[in-house]
Amino acid sequence: MTFIKKTLASSIAVAAATSLMATTAQAEISDDAVRIGYLADMSGTYRDLAGPGGLEALEMAIEDFGGSVNGAPIEVFSADDRNSADVGANTVRGWIDQDNVDLVAGMVASSVTIAVTKVLEDNDKLGIVSGSAASSITNEHCTPNHIHWVYDTYPLANGTAKAVVEQGGDSWFMLTADYAFGHALEGDVEKVVTDNGGTIVDRIRHPFPTEDFSSYILQAQGSGAKIVGLANAGADTVNAINTASQFGLVQSGQQLAGLLVFLNDVYAMGLEATQGLLLTTGWYWNMDEASREWAERYYERVGRMPTMVQAGIYSSAMHYLKAVEATGSDDAQTVRSHMMEQPIEDFFARNGRIREDGRMVHDMYLAEVKAPADATHEWDLYEIKATIPAEEAYRPLAESKCQLVNN
Amino acid sequence: MATTQTLTPAMERARRASQRRNLFYLALVAVGLVAPFAAYPVFLMKMLCFALFACAFNLLLGYAGLLSFGHAAFLATGGYVTGFLLSSYPALTPELGILTGTAAAVALGAVFGVLAIRRQGIYFAMVTLALAQLMFFVFIQAPFTGGEDGLHGVPRGELFGLVSLESNLAMYYFVFAVFLIGFAIVQRAVHSPYGQVLKAIRENEPRAVSLGYNVDAYKLLAFVLSAGLAGLAGSTKTVVFQLASLTDAHWHMSGEVILMTLLGGVGTLFGPVVGGSLVVSLQHMLAQSPLGNWVSPILGAIFVVCVLSFRSGIVGELQKLIRKNFK
Repeated sequence: MTFIKKTLASSIAVAAATSLMATTAQAEISDDAVRIGYLADMSGTYRDLAGPGGLEALEMAIEDFGGSVNGAPIEVFSADDRNSADVGANTVRGWIDQDNVDLVAGMVASSVTIAVTKVLEDNDKLGIVSGSAASSITNEHCTPNHIHWVYDTYPLANGTAKAVVEQGGDSWFMLTADYAFGHALEGDVEKVVTDNGGTIVDRIRHPFPTEDFSSYILQAQGSGAKIVGLANAGADTVNAINTASQFGLVQSGQQLAGLLVFLNDVYAMGLEATQGLLLTTGWYWNMDEASREWAERYYERVGRMPTMVQAGIYSSAMHYLKAVEATGSDDAQTVRSHMMEQPIEDFFARNGRIREDGRMVHDMYLAEVKAPADATHEWDLYEIKATIPAEEAYRPLAESKCQLVNN
Repeated sequence: MATTQTLTPAMERARRASQRRNLFYLALVAVGLVAPFAAYPVFLMKMLCFALFACAFNLLLGYAGLLSFGHAAFLATGGYVTGFLLSSYPALTPELGILTGTAAAVALGAVFGVLAIRRQGIYFAMVTLALAQLMFFVFIQAPFTGGEDGLHGVPRGELFGLVSLESNLAMYYFVFAVFLIGFAIVQRAVHSPYGQVLKAIRENEPRAVSLGYNVDAYKLLAFVLSAGLAGLAGSTKTVVFQLASLTDAHWHMSGEVILMTLLGGVGTLFGPVVGGSLVVSLQHMLAQSPLGNWVSPILGAIFVVCVLSFRSGIVGELQKLIRKNFK
C-alpha cells in the first residue's frame, strides 16, 4: 500500500532550536509526530467544494505553521472517500490502526461524516468536519470527538429565509427533494417564513435525484409566489436553477432562494443563470482585506478562488495546530477542550467559538449573486448584503438533542 | 465392502485432477488463515464480502446465463435488515442478525425472481434494474434505514453470545468462515446435477424445455440462491463496518459487481473472487495515491481493455493457458 506521506519539514533543525520546555512537552505527542488525515470526495460531485483544493489549503496551513509542532513533524495523509460511508469509515479505521493518525479533516458527504465520527469516537481520535451540511452532525449525531467547522443547514435555511422575508419576499413556493434531508430543510424554512409573517403558497416534492425540472418550474411560475425556495442540494439544485433560468423565472419577476448553493456551483453555472439568487454563506473570498489576502495566496497555488469549505479547512487546521502547540499534546480530549476555550478570530471566522456540542459558531453572511454586468472579473460573484451574528445564526443549544448538552 | 478395482486411465486422470483440486483448495484456505497477519484485516474482510457478492452474481450470470442489473438491492436488503435488527435489539447475536438479513434477501429474491425470469437478455436486465431502483426508493424513504445518512453504529456483538467480535482478528475469522460457507454453496450448486441442468439451460433453453426440464423452476431457484448469497454478503458487510448505507443500494453497485465478475472471469469459480479482490484493492490503493482523482476512469479503462482483449477474464484466460500448455 502506498500512501502519500509528506513529512513537510524535517524536524531536526527545529528540534535544535526548541526550548527545554518544548522538549518536555513533546514527549506527550504520540509517536513524535502529528498526523492529519484528509478525507474528502476527490473525484465526484463534491470535488470542487472541498476535494484537492481542500488538501492544498490544509498543506498551506501546515507550511504557514512551520511544518512541525514543538519539534514534532506534521504528516499528511489523504484519501478519496468516493462519497461512500464504508469507504470513508474503512479508510479512517486503517489510518488509526496502521498509521496512528491523530486528526481527520475534510469530510463532505454527511453519510460519510457520520460513519467516520463513530469510528473516531470508538478510537478516541479527533475529527474536524468542514464540508458537511447536515446540522444533525452536532445534534443527534454529536460525539465528544468531532467539531463541525464551516456551516450547516440550520443557518443556511434560517439565515436565507429570514433575510428574504425581511426584504419583502413574503410568499414562498417550496421545491423540495423528496427525502429526509429535503423534508428537514423544508420544515426549517417554512417555520422561519411563517414566524416572520410570510406565507407558504404551495410546495412540491421532486424525486431524488431529478434531471428534468421543467414541470416543477412551470408550477412554481404558475403559483404566483414571490420566492421559489430550493430545498435540495448538489446536482438537483444545479438542474433546478438551470431550468429556472431557461424558463426566465427571474426575468418574470420571481426570485430564487438557494438553500445549499456554494461558490463553485455559482461559478460553474455562470452569472447568467444564477443572477439575483439569494444565499447564505459562511465566508466569501472578497468580503474583506484579510480574506482577499489569503484567497489570493490560495489562488496562486490552485488557480481557483477558494470556497468557504476550503478556507474553513485552513482555519480549522491552524486552530488545531495552535492547540497542539499550547497543550504539548495530540490527545483528542486535551486538544479539543483547549480548542473550545480559545475564541476563533482569523480571516475566516469572526466571533467564532466552539460550543459543547462541537458546533463552531461564527458570523454568517447573506449574499446575492451579482448580475453579469456588475461583475468585474470571473470570480466576482457575490455581493454581501448582511451579516448574521454568530449567536443568532446557529441552532440554539436549548433546542439541541445532542447527548453532550444538558437539556 | 470396498473392492479393489482397476482404474481406467480416464478415471485415474479424474482422480488425480480432483486430488489436485483439493490440494489447491486447502492451500487457498491456508492462505486465508494466515492472511490477517500479513495484511490489514478490515481491508481483507471487505475483499471477502465483495468476493462473496461477486460469487453470488456469477452463479446467476456465469451458470444460468441471466444478467441481473439489480443485485445491489439484495446486498442492501441484507445489510439494512441486519443493521436494523442488531441496533434495535441488542440481545440479538450477530449470526442471527445475519441469518435474518439473508432470509429477507431470499424472500425479496423470490418476489423479484418470479417477476423477472419471465423475460430474457436485455429485458431481464431492465426488469431487475427497475425493481432494484424501487428498492432504492424504499431505502431512502423508509424510516428504519436512516435515509441518506444510513444506519450507523451497528454493534458487532458476540458470536453465539460467546465470542466478542470487537477485535478485528476474531471478526476476520468469522467473515472468512462465512465466505467459505458461501463459496461452498456455490461450488456445490455448480458441480451438482442441478448445476448441469442450469448450464444446459444457459446453452440452449428450448432444448432443455424439450428434454422435459421445468426451466422456470430451475432459473428461479438460481435467482433466489444468488439473491440469498448476495444478502449474506451484505449482512456480513454491515456487521464488519458497523454501518449500512445507500451506496449498497445504488445502481452503481449493481454495475460494480458486473465489473468484478467480468474482470475475474465469468463462469469460473474463482473468477469473481479474483475480480472482487482486485477491484476492491484497486479502489483502496488508488484512493490513497496521487492518482486518487482518477479511480473511475482507470477502472473504466481496465474494464474496456478486459472486455476487448481477454473476454474470459483473468481466471478464464489462466485456465485456457493451463489447458493449452499442460494437458
